[in-house]
Amino acid sequence: MSEPVIKCQSVYKIFGANAERMLKEANGNVDAKTFQDNGCIVGVNNASFEVSKGEMLVVMGLSGSGKSTLLRCISRLTDATGGKIFIEGQDLLNLNNKELIDLRRNKMGMVFQSFALLPHKTVLENIAFPLQIKGIKTEDSINKAMDMVKLVGLDGRENYFPRELSGGQQQRVGIARSLAVEPDIWFLDEPFSALDPLIRKEMQDEFLRLQEKLQKTIMFITHDFDEALKLADRIAIMKDGIIEQLDTPANIVLKPATEYVRKFTEEVPREKVLLIQDVMDEKTSSDIGDLKVSKDEIIENVAEKILTQEKTVAVTDSKNNVVGSINPAKIINTVFGGRKNNN
Amino acid sequence: MEILKKYPKLFQWLFLLVVFFALCFAIDVPETYKFIRGQAEFIKDPNQSAFVFLGKEVRYYAFDVFWRLPPLLGWLPIWINDSLFFLMNDWMPMEFWNEDTQEYKTRPLVLQITRNLTAFMTFLIELIREILLGGLETIVAFTSWDWIDANPWAELPGLPWTIVAAGSAILAYKLGGKGLAIYALLSMTYISIFGQWKPSMQTLSFILVAAPLSFIFGLGLGVAAFKSKRVEKALYPILLVMQTMPQYAVLVPALVLFGVGDHAAVIITMIVAVPPMILLTLLGLRAVPPEVIEAGRMSGCNNWQLMSKVLIPTARRDILIGVNQVIMVCFSMAVISAFIGAKGLGFNLLLALNQLNIGLALEAGLCISLIAILLDKMSLAWANKQVDYFGNLNFFQRNKNSLFFGVVVIAGILLAYFGSIYFKDGYNYLFEVPHNKGISTAGFWNKGVDWIFDTFFVYIKAFNTWLIVDVLQPMRALYLRMPAIATLVLVVGAGYLIGGIRSALVVCGLTLFIALSPWWDRALVTTYMATFGVLVSCAIGFTVGTLCFQNKHSTNFMLNVCDIFQTFPSFVYLIPVMMLFGITDTSVLIAVIVYATIPATRYTIEGLRSVPAGLHDAATMSGVTKFQRLFKIEFPLAFPHMMLGLNQTIVFALFMVIIGAFIGTEDLGQYILKALSDKKGAGIGLTLGICVAFIGLIFDNLIRTWVGKRKKHLGID
Ligand SMILES: Nc1ncnc2c1ncn2[C@@H]1O[C@H](COP(=O)(O)OP(=O)(O)OP(=O)(O)O)[C@@H](O)[C@H]1O
Ligand SMILES: [Mg+2]
Repeated sequence: MSEPVIKCQSVYKIFGANAERMLKEANGNVDAKTFQDNGCIVGVNNASFEVSKGEMLVVMGLSGSGKSTLLRCISRLTDATGGKIFIEGQDLLNLNNKELIDLRRNKMGMVFQSFALLPHKTVLENIAFPLQIKGIKTEDSINKAMDMVKLVGLDGRENYFPRELSGGQQQRVGIARSLAVEPDIWFLDEPFSALDPLIRKEMQDEFLRLQEKLQKTIMFITHDFDEALKLADRIAIMKDGIIEQLDTPANIVLKPATEYVRKFTEEVPREKVLLIQDVMDEKTSSDIGDLKVSKDEIIENVAEKILTQEKTVAVTDSKNNVVGSINPAKIINTVFGGRKNNN
Repeated sequence: MEILKKYPKLFQWLFLLVVFFALCFAIDVPETYKFIRGQAEFIKDPNQSAFVFLGKEVRYYAFDVFWRLPPLLGWLPIWINDSLFFLMNDWMPMEFWNEDTQEYKTRPLVLQITRNLTAFMTFLIELIREILLGGLETIVAFTSWDWIDANPWAELPGLPWTIVAAGSAILAYKLGGKGLAIYALLSMTYISIFGQWKPSMQTLSFILVAAPLSFIFGLGLGVAAFKSKRVEKALYPILLVMQTMPQYAVLVPALVLFGVGDHAAVIITMIVAVPPMILLTLLGLRAVPPEVIEAGRMSGCNNWQLMSKVLIPTARRDILIGVNQVIMVCFSMAVISAFIGAKGLGFNLLLALNQLNIGLALEAGLCISLIAILLDKMSLAWANKQVDYFGNLNFFQRNKNSLFFGVVVIAGILLAYFGSIYFKDGYNYLFEVPHNKGISTAGFWNKGVDWIFDTFFVYIKAFNTWLIVDVLQPMRALYLRMPAIATLVLVVGAGYLIGGIRSALVVCGLTLFIALSPWWDRALVTTYMATFGVLVSCAIGFTVGTLCFQNKHSTNFMLNVCDIFQTFPSFVYLIPVMMLFGITDTSVLIAVIVYATIPATRYTIEGLRSVPAGLHDAATMSGVTKFQRLFKIEFPLAFPHMMLGLNQTIVFALFMVIIGAFIGTEDLGQYILKALSDKKGAGIGLTLGICVAFIGLIFDNLIRTWVGKRKKHLGID
């Protein structure tokens, strides 16, 4: 297996005057409460995980759970209080200033939760900004930025100032800006939250299409579970700075590691998460109908087909071998019942 | 009793007032006390007592401690003076190479530094001045007098006024479009035709050195303070005092350090103009949202790029206000520094005022204001300028301004050449209109003033007499009648009630400094004039601001008017009032009122505007009338901001009162003015300046503390 692009080993981020000393004294056993009593706020608490190339990791959690802080640590916008972070094998925390700047100029892109556009620059200048910082000629950078403007559907507004744009439009500028340098690693902090549902869906589809093509390594923060399911390879759920569980969408829903994760995923429409193979019977029953479905389909996509059948439906693998069966009743049970008790 | 329980604060304030008045009535004026006379004169008098401190003898008239505190700080001015002289003349003598005599000479370090600094400033000013007016100092600086004698052609001829006028119009067009260009052309032409070219260009060359230098230093120090807490902590007290220090007072010590002339004026101007620039830079940088900084970081900015491309441009709004302030201060100082020998319009203005030639003063003042507004607008336009990336321009279009300027230069030179043939009588009007050969409206204005004076003499005199006899003199007597101890109790008590023990201590320290200085009586007179001015200004500003706020157009109009008035150098305000009221306290007070009404009006409008629109709508929806809305919602919410306006009003009023000494008032300003012509005046001037600054700071502290609490209470900010 190739090296992970992002690798975190017990990363801590603690805000406060004597955070470092307290972390040392805590000896790896950080309790948010005691820290708070001492005037420290725990942002990220013992985060360890890896993201491999081309993977999209979605981070979820309630407001204030430390998602943005985690992202800031990995992009080294803040220095982690403890732990180690590796980007493509390089020790991030040991990079000197110049190496860090090189890394950001060439490898990383970030979309900010609150847009963070430069108020004195037009849409076009904002998007061209990272390119110009890199030292690319004005003309080339402007041309490239113009392509980006078209990509996010803002043509005709390239000479507007951020204050003259709606929230959604501003966010699209932010997205375009982060894409302009064609980063390998892409951090997105609630990039679509300011968009209206229509545009959001459009952007998500566009995003998936891009990802198919570009195969970037992505960390993506969202509050919207539907969005997470649509995009994620894996999902991390955070609470009070701790990553409670990091797993595939199906496992998060089916095998919540903690009570908190179970509660968090309770309302998630399971047909959107689960694949046929997650709910099928291993054994093939005798009265199987003609319909065959792939075991890798998401239930939602094939539910209608299955429910119109009276008989049990055969499930096949990628080589078209029958590997199991599924009963329409089971589908109904998954969708409408059984949310409270697992399996 | 019910009421007192409900409003404990009210009770405390009442109690404070009762104590204050009780003290006032209980303490009598000592029979031998002579009002106003400095409590520690430096002349000897057998009735004086004396004490010695740090080797300085301070003489003072004995009096009752409760009535006036003894001038225990009387040694301070002498000490400052002696220290300055020691620094300049005896401290750290070193060997320095002397260009003129070609040998090493021993000179004290500070003297050498200041001399080098002034030489550098002189060079800069001369350079610009000679481009505009011609001369040979700059060439000489690079070569020698002998060389110039041998090559007389090398003397710079200076630019004909036509080129400068058209050039500034082109620059204005490039920066701000047609309107600004027309304004630039008209005002430059006006200046030339009316024979003010030479002094105007002298002033301009002074400003073109002082303003950019102040801007650069202010920005640099502001950035340094932003980056390092330690720098900020070191700068902060200086900034605070400088904010309320009258510009006059800085002149005196600077005189000792840098001598007289334009170079000294530039340095003093920088001393005065840099602090507000630092403060506003700091304020702006602080307000940059952290995420914008992070976005810059993620774009791969290094520290320099982050500062120059992200932080400073994002903080542009505040920095621009800083630039505006710098320009304002520069023009103000352009006039004031005429006292220490700076050439130009300021000198003419002072001279005319001194001769009571109102017409001439008016013309000079108008020119200063025209240039001030032009530079202000140009700097604004420059900062807001945008780049057009898509204009597919050819060489000619891209460089049309430069080409056009080239054409203008050639045309101007040709014109000047023809002029030299055409005008045979020795004055080439197409090159430069000499000072006394332009059109002058001074006669007209003077006649107008005379006419007004003759026609309305009775009314003006009646008003003047009434104001002085029935209002000002009683008020002044009341202020002077306050025993020092009572004043101290009042001020410290107010500090305690508003900001707790901390505020009380700060205010107590500031007041004690003034009370222990030899000039308590004069400080009282300054305060009385400032209070009177502030009261009237606030009443006017508040009313006008509120009325204008009722309508969008009038709001904008009023803000623009404030902008323009603010650009006028403070001295200009003295002209019209002297026209009407001559040399009286009334003149000073009216100038104070006009000048201080500007911030009062502006802050009222801005305060009302800062009330969130949502609240406005919510109130309208709940069916309140316009008046209810104004009194129940807008005023209470806008009040903290308006109080900051009061703060500014006080500072403006104090400045003008001090400047009013030029007309002749019996307050601190008069002594500052006196110190200017006194060989040993540096210490006195500085101490007096600090006294005035402290008066301002006392109010500043009280108001800011109150506003901070109030804002927290209202949940804004
Ligand atoms: N600069 C800071 N100083 C002190 N505490 C901070 C700072 N930044 C974040 N925190 C704290 O760290 C915690 C995590 O904040 P973070 O911004 O990561 O939350 P989040 O998960 O991104 O929330 P949201 O969904 O609202 O964006 C919060 O309790 C916050 O108060
Ligand atoms: Mg966040």
